[in-house]
Amino acid sequence: MNEPLRILIADDEAPARTRLKALLADIAGEVPNRLVGEAGNGLEALALIESEPADVALVDIRMPRMDGVELARHLRGMEGAPAVVFTTAYDQYAVQAFDLNAVDYLLKPVRAPRLAEALQKARRVAQPSRETLERLSSEARRHLSVSERGRILLVPVSDILYLKAELKYVTARTAAREFLLDESLTHLEQEFAARFVRVHRNCLVAREAIAGFEKGVAEDGEAHWLVLLAGLPDKLPVSRRQWPAVKAAFAGGGEV
Amino acid sequence: MFSPPGLPSAGLLRAALWGALAAAAIMFYLDLRNRAFSPAVAEARLMALTARIRPHFLFNSLNAVLGVIRSDPRRAEAALEELSDLFRVLMAENKALVTLGEEIALCRRYLDLEHLRLGERLQATWDVGACPMDAQVPPLMLQPLLENAVYHGIEPAHEPAAVTIRAGLAGEEIRIEIANSYHGEHSNHAGNRMALDNIRERLMLFYDLEARLETAAENGVFRVSIRLPYRKTEKA
Repeated sequence: MNEPLRILIADDEAPARTRLKALLADIAGEVPNRLVGEAGNGLEALALIESEPADVALVDIRMPRMDGVELARHLRGMEGAPAVVFTTAYDQYAVQAFDLNAVDYLLKPVRAPRLAEALQKARRVAQPSRETLERLSSEARRHLSVSERGRILLVPVSDILYLKAELKYVTARTAAREFLLDESLTHLEQEFAARFVRVHRNCLVAREAIAGFEKGVAEDGEAHWLVLLAGLPDKLPVSRRQWPAVKAAFAGGGEV
Repeated sequence: MFSPPGLPSAGLLRAALWGALAAAAIMFYLDLRNRAFSPAVAEARLMALTARIRPHFLFNSLNAVLGVIRSDPRRAEAALEELSDLFRVLMAENKALVTLGEEIALCRRYLDLEHLRLGERLQATWDVGACPMDAQVPPLMLQPLLENAVYHGIEPAHEPAAVTIRAGLAGEEIRIEIANSYHGEHSNHAGNRMALDNIRERLMLFYDLEARLETAAENGVFRVSIRLPYRKTEKA
C-alpha cells in the first residue's frame, strides 16, 4: 500500500487534465500517487497503458474517437488493467448506473477530498461489470478488442466484413485477416444491428460489404443463395429463413 | 311571402334566431382569436421558450476555469466575467428584441469560453462584416445554435473542426447561416432538434411567416439558415 498509485488521466480537454493534475499533487500527502500518462481519448489511453501500466485510470466519459465507456470495456478484458474511475460533467444516467455499482465516478468539477476517496477505493474495487458498461453505453462500440499473445489488439468495427461463429469461437474477418473474438454472435448482432445483417445461423455480414448474390450448392447438397463480398473472394451461404431479410438489407444497402 | 307589419311571420323569427346564433358564434371566435394572439399569451409563450443552456456546458466551463486558475489567473478572471455575462442573458426574461450586434457579441463571448476548454480544436470563422448590426433579432437566436455546433460538431471530432457564421443582407432580408461538420447521426440528436424548434417558434412569435429557419445536412456539413425581415432598431 505504500507504493505510490500509478495514475493515468484520459480527458480530451486540456484544462480538465490540468485541474486533475493539480488535485493529485494536492492530495499526494494523503494518497501517494504518480502520474504515468495523459491521454486525449480512449485510443491514446490504451496505447499508453500497454507501455506504462497504471493502477487507476481517471476517465472522462465523453471523448472523441473512443469514449470513456468504450475504453473501460476494452480494459475489462485486459490482465492487470487499471481500475477505472469515471469523471463526468453531467450525466444523470451514469450517476444512476454507478449508484448501483462498485465502480466510482466523480462529478466535474472534481473536489480534492472526493478524488482522494475514489483513489483509495479504486485499488480495492474491481472493474465495472460488462452489464453496467453496456447499460451506460448509448452507442455501439467502434472497435472490438482481441487479445493475442498477451496484447490487446483493437479491430475497427468498420473494417470487419463478416463475423462467423465456428465451434467455440467467433471470428471477425477483415480484408487483411481473421481475428478470434471472445463474444457471442447473438450479442454482436444486437449491438451492431445497424451495421451487420444475419445471413445464416452462424454468420453476420456487414451490409456495406455485400457486393451481390449468386446461386450455389451448399455442403448439405441443397441449393442456396451465396453472398458475394466486396474485397474478398469468400462466398457465404444464406439460409432460406434469412433470405428475405438479407435481400431487403441489400436493396436498402445504399443508405446505410 | 308577405306579412302585415307588426306581425312577424314564423319564417322571419327563424331567420332572426339564426342570425343571432351566427353572430354569437362569430363573436365567440373573435374573442378566442383575440385571446390566443393577445400580447399576454404571446409573452407567456416567449417566457416558456426561453432557451435553456446545457448543464454540461456550465459544469465543463467551471471545470475549465478551475483548470487554469493557478497557472493563468487573468484568463480565469476573464472567463468568469464572460460566464456571468452569458448567464445574465440566459436568465433574463428575453421578451424584447435585441440588435444583431448584441447577439453576435454574446456569441463571441460564448465561443471564447469554449475556446478555453477546447483550444485549437475549435476553429470559428466569422463572416458578418457586411451585415447591418442594428437589425432586430430575437434574443438568443444564435447562441444555442453555436452550442449545438460545438456539442455535435467540435467535441466529437478528433481533428480541429470548423464552425462558420455568416450574416448578410439580401434586399430587405437578413440572412444568417451557421455551418459545422457533423459526425454520424449526432446531428439528429434530440437536444439539437429541441433547440431548433425553440428558435423556430420564437421567430414565429416575433415575425410570423416573414421569418424562416431551415436546416440541411449533406457531405458531412450541418447547416442552419435563418431568414428574417430587416427591421432597424429605433433610436431612443
